[in-house]
Amino acid sequence: PSQVVWDTLGNRQFCSYKITTKTQNFCRNEYNLTGLCNRSSCPLANSQYATVREEKGRCYLYMKTIERAAFPRRLWERVLLSKNYEKALEEIDENLIYWPRFIRHKCKQRFTKITQYLIRIRKLTLKRQRKLVPLRRKIERREKRREEKALIAAQLDNAIEKELLERLKQDTYGDIYNFPIHAFDKALQQQDAESESESDAEKEEDDEDMDKREFVEADDSDLSDFEDMDKLETSSEEEEEEEEEVEKKASLAKSKGKTPLKGPARRKRPYIEIEYEEETEPATKTKAA
Amino acid sequence: AGDGSGPVGSAAEDGGPPVPERVLFPPTFSVSEIKNKQRRHFMFLRWKQQQRKEKLAAKKKRRKEREALGDKAPPKAIPKTIENQRVYDETTVDPNDEEVAFDEATDEFAPYFNRQTVPKILITTSDRPRGRTVRFCEQLSTVIPNSHVYYRRGLALKRIIPQCIARDFTDLIVINEDRKIPNGLVLSHLPDGPTAHFRMSSVRLRKEIKRKGKEPTEHVPEVILNNFTTRLGHSIGRMFASLFPHDPQFIGRQVATFHNQRDYIFFRFHRYIFKSEKKVGIQELGPRFTLKLRSLQKGTFDSKFGEYEWIHKRREMDTSRRKFHL
Repeated sequence: PSQVVWDTLGNRQFCSYKITTKTQNFCRNEYNLTGLCNRSSCPLANSQYATVREEKGRCYLYMKTIERAAFPRRLWERVLLSKNYEKALEEIDENLIYWPRFIRHKCKQRFTKITQYLIRIRKLTLKRQRKLVPLRRKIERREKRREEKALIAAQLDNAIEKELLERLKQDTYGDIYNFPIHAFDKALQQQDAESESESDAEKEEDDEDMDKREFVEADDSDLSDFEDMDKLETSSEEEEEEEEEVEKKASLAKSKGKTPLKGPARRKRPYIEIEYEEETEPATKTKAA
Repeated sequence: AGDGSGPVGSAAEDGGPPVPERVLFPPTFSVSEIKNKQRRHFMFLRWKQQQRKEKLAAKKKRRKEREALGDKAPPKAIPKTIENQRVYDETTVDPNDEEVAFDEATDEFAPYFNRQTVPKILITTSDRPRGRTVRFCEQLSTVIPNSHVYYRRGLALKRIIPQCIARDFTDLIVINEDRKIPNGLVLSHLPDGPTAHFRMSSVRLRKEIKRKGKEPTEHVPEVILNNFTTRLGHSIGRMFASLFPHDPQFIGRQVATFHNQRDYIFFRFHRYIFKSEKKVGIQELGPRFTLKLRSLQKGTFDSKFGEYEWIHKRREMDTSRRKFHL
């Protein structure tokens, strides 16, 4: 009967537990001892068979004999094995006495493997474990989009520059940066009377810096002409060029090459609008008339 | 006669059926009720064009009115932005609030702000950091002065925290990694201070930043904290501030910015130079990343028994587009 079973299922016809790969045949049956699909390790094709399986950390020995082949419900007999490794091996030997050597050996091997992986599980649970948190795609996309919009709305460069200028105005930097134009300009615009004494004091301070002083004097007349003070630079290399007020644009163009630009700073040219009045109208009018 | 029926030879827009100009539709008609998809699409496009024309006409009219009035015209309307429409948060800090000032004088950061402690920071990662995270940690340690990077090979956080406290560290940063990129940051103020857990995104290392400058030097940078308005935002801001030594060295001309916008905190590191008193140039060096706060715990890092001061609950807090917590 077992030989018949093997001839039909194992070798030729379809067995639903059998998985074939290029090099091996595997058996998916849960009572299989080795996991391979062989004549000697197929639980269906052997009427006398035994396996070791573990459930919730405890190992059991399952046995199948010919006498119970007619009663599928009572087919597999189960014996609890002791937790002690050596004692369990002895129990296996006791129960499978007089059984073929192959099955006994494989049972013990399987039992050894199972105990080893149970020990490993217990060790790993004591260590820290990675908690896998599932990402929700919609939420991820939403967050990414919101972050981009927030970045655009933030205008970081402008904000940082504004903050730095604020701090400069509030004198947190102390005396490291001296911008004589700043003081001069402020004085001019706000309070005239007091400013003159202040500016005099500033000018006296600037006597130490020859460059800056010339710079201030040269641009005296230009202050009224040019509305934007941003264009004026305080680098010392420019003071020679800027003494010629007429060629302001040219000087800026020259200095672009000279002074190494740091970072994304761009200089604007002073925007001078010149308006021409058209005087051709009366000519046309007379013609029409 | 017969004008309403029959197709008028108007130029068909992209092959749609030419519709006669003077057809009267029943008043309860809407474009979405047409069953034919092509025709429905066509009608919808026409309706859209009409809307656009009307809007343009209204705009022109308004502009003409404004010019006609000249000086007496009403001031221009301010466009609505999300920041303008933000739901008012009752925990917004008023600059003159005494209670807040008192709280801040007595919370965990008081010793730092009173200059009693010098910050010393430990940067570490989760297990087995990959190359990107390692490089990011190194760059972060160059940005933050007085910081050390230690690798963690399987050590439990709960056990290293007492050791850190014993060795006088004031802050602990743990960068969590997933699939070879850093994606989380845990910032913990050590002697029993609050722990903040952030989600980190869009991390750029120094070599990925365009137009960058040289490496950050050893000078102590300045700190800019923008837009931290609520109580929660305030405490987070102070946490960031306590990472850096209190007295910045202005010679270094470096500035670290934590900018909060709509609950996203952008970190940038720049070098600045004042070109004139009204113009400053900045050059980005150093890594950049964005953080989003996930939770704030009262004590040091403890995921099971910690007392959470604030957790981001998606279902409750993400319901309104104009509601922010930081």
